[in-house]
Amino acid sequence: MARSLAGFLVLLLVVSICEGASLFQPISDSHRSAALELFTPDHGSFKSLEETYEALRTFQILGIEKKPDVTAAACHSISETVGSSSSSPKDLFYALKANSIAECKIHEKASKDIISSLNAAVRGASSLLDFYYSVGGLVLIKGQSSEADIHLADADGVFRSVKAFSQSDGRWRYSSNNPESSAFAAGIALETLSGIVSLASSELDQSLINTLMNDISKLFDSIEKYDDGTLYFNDKLVDGHEYQGPLSTASSVLRGLTAFAAVTTGNLNLPEDKILGLAKFFLGIGVPGDAKDFFYQIDALACLESNRVSIPLILSLPSTVLSLTKKDSLKVRVTTVFGSNAPPLTVKLVGGSSSGSKDASLVESQELKFDQGSGLHTLNDLPKSIDVGSYTFVFEVVLQEPEDGKVYVTESQTKVPIFITGLIKIENSEIVILDSDLGSIESQKKLDLAGKNAASLSANHLQKLRLSFQLSTPRGRAFKPHQAFLKLRHESKVEHIFVVGNSGKQFEIVLNFLGLVEKFFYLTGKYDMELTVGDAAMENSLLVAIGHIELDLPEAPEKAPRPPPQPVDPYSRYGPKAEITHIFRAPEKRPPQELSLAFLGLTILPLLGFLIGLLRLGVNMKNFPTKPVPATFAVLFHVGIGAVLLLYVFFWLKLDLFQTLKVLGFLGVFLVFVGHGTLSHLAAASAKLKSA
Amino acid sequence: MAREKSSKGNAQALFHSLRSAYAATPVNLKIIDLYVGFAVFTALIQVVYMASVGSFPFNSFLSGVLSCVGTAVLAVCLRIQVNKENKEFKDLPPERAFADFVLCNLVLHLVIMNFLG
Repeated sequence: MARSLAGFLVLLLVVSICEGASLFQPISDSHRSAALELFTPDHGSFKSLEETYEALRTFQILGIEKKPDVTAAACHSISETVGSSSSSPKDLFYALKANSIAECKIHEKASKDIISSLNAAVRGASSLLDFYYSVGGLVLIKGQSSEADIHLADADGVFRSVKAFSQSDGRWRYSSNNPESSAFAAGIALETLSGIVSLASSELDQSLINTLMNDISKLFDSIEKYDDGTLYFNDKLVDGHEYQGPLSTASSVLRGLTAFAAVTTGNLNLPEDKILGLAKFFLGIGVPGDAKDFFYQIDALACLESNRVSIPLILSLPSTVLSLTKKDSLKVRVTTVFGSNAPPLTVKLVGGSSSGSKDASLVESQELKFDQGSGLHTLNDLPKSIDVGSYTFVFEVVLQEPEDGKVYVTESQTKVPIFITGLIKIENSEIVILDSDLGSIESQKKLDLAGKNAASLSANHLQKLRLSFQLSTPRGRAFKPHQAFLKLRHESKVEHIFVVGNSGKQFEIVLNFLGLVEKFFYLTGKYDMELTVGDAAMENSLLVAIGHIELDLPEAPEKAPRPPPQPVDPYSRYGPKAEITHIFRAPEKRPPQELSLAFLGLTILPLLGFLIGLLRLGVNMKNFPTKPVPATFAVLFHVGIGAVLLLYVFFWLKLDLFQTLKVLGFLGVFLVFVGHGTLSHLAAASAKLKSA
Repeated sequence: MAREKSSKGNAQALFHSLRSAYAATPVNLKIIDLYVGFAVFTALIQVVYMASVGSFPFNSFLSGVLSCVGTAVLAVCLRIQVNKENKEFKDLPPERAFADFVLCNLVLHLVIMNFLG
């Protein structure tokens, strides 16, 4: 745990030190695995020729093996573009670029067509990008086809028309009617002009080429700088679409510069620290997460790796945290940006001072031993003046062959943050209970802070507790750790933390219980004691339980403050509550079915009684009309009443009120009609009888 | 002892005179009386059932009892209107009274069926 703490703090320190002390690592295998993840084609092919080219180029630079399915898909899209007569110069350009890596065969007829269409494009070009694609395409096809003679007509005129887009501050415009200029365009223009030179160098005027050198130095005058010493190019943000960030702009400029340096013989007088600053800018990005950013970074670094201007050499350390306990040695590596070997050189440690202090260097200048096999420069024993803590070491790199100085460039002095850790000796630790008045020792216990302790003490409020120990570094100096705390925890989980102060090597804390009675909330009882001593540089940071002390404090008065409420286990308060099971209303007790059926039978009885009584009374149907019309009325009347009663039965069984009322309406009207007929007939009959 | 006998005899004589008086009523009135008795008796049986098993579907009990009671009441109204000795309803034809009786019963039973549940 202490070790990971140390590592984390080292990272923080490395990031926070911004006075030029920073560390850059060359490209490593983590880049290669990231490239394989980022550049994955969709179903075997990439979205555009540009992306195909970027993926192939990145794999080529990083030395990743060509995958046959990717190459096959690339060849397919390349041959499609190359074979089609309607491909734009931009498509042809990227197809040829991709082909220079994929190496698919192009038919002679196809290449003849390409050459003629590109020549036509050159003649008809009006903007910078038109020139770029067409001239670039011609340069590429020259290298790929068997055609010996690729002639650029009117090279001088083309050169001048591209040059016409330049501006006095070193930037270039994209076209004559667009006034915006950018450094990105400058890079493109330089590439185009180097292409023209490589196609027809004999026809061009040398003075024209020389003026370009002035443009380049003016462009490099506009370079911008970050605090950690990295340099980059940036364009003004005018339009969101056209804006190229610092990464792509710097990459483009580097590409243009190295392409131009490759075709000219003259000496480009560029200050070397600018190349180094650009190298540090690209390395400082780490591993980008975007495929395009990745390509720009790797492409730019590939330009820096081998070019005719100057090749930067980077000083890096495999580990910046050294342990005095393990007797780690200081290892330094000097490589190119891709980690390839540097020419013979010596690395000297010229200074080392404590971070944050402006004191003089603690180390004298000494050379590091070079091991041919591992490529590391090593300093086996750290100087005795270097103790635990964080330091800034200053390294100097000197090339052994003076000739190499024209080809390579290194930083004169590199500042690197180093963190030294070690075991801190803890000695003479003891805990003592003292009588307050006399200062005499009542009980004393020696502690072994490295091992287990179970000191058991008791004290009352009139006494004092004293804890003391000594800390010293591996080199024997006094050491003040980041954390030195004594914690007393009561049975009721109330805690009190005290900082242990020091004077030199001696750490001591005295707890006078008389003054602490109120702070302890008058809680008498058993207190657990815990000591914490910790520091980033301390490999044996500790958090140990010392033991416990029975503290006898007086009774709390009325107005004494209550101890703060201890945090409740949040799960018990905010956690899920007991599940409530719904208790359904118990259904009413129904009588047994037989009883109900018995009473149903009983209810029918009065009806039977009624019918029997009717018979006994001698009811008859003599008044029933015999003539047909009244007879039908009478029958219908009885049928109607029966129908209504049947409707009521259905109403009870399944109909609802509205349906019933609807039917009842019809039946009622019918019933009224026939009833009126019947009853009026009966009334007429009885009236006749009465009068008769 | 004699008083008892006389009271018993009185009750018996009363009962006999009532019976003979009743025999004089017209047949149609007797039919209506029989119908009323049937309705009341049915209501009584329902009340006994409720008393024995509890009033759980109270609405059903009410609709049953009220159906019987309602129809009995309507029958009594019919009897009043049809009775020839009743001077008040001399002008009302008995058929009209019967039509009222049928209509009111149908409405009553519609409501009862709705309330039965």
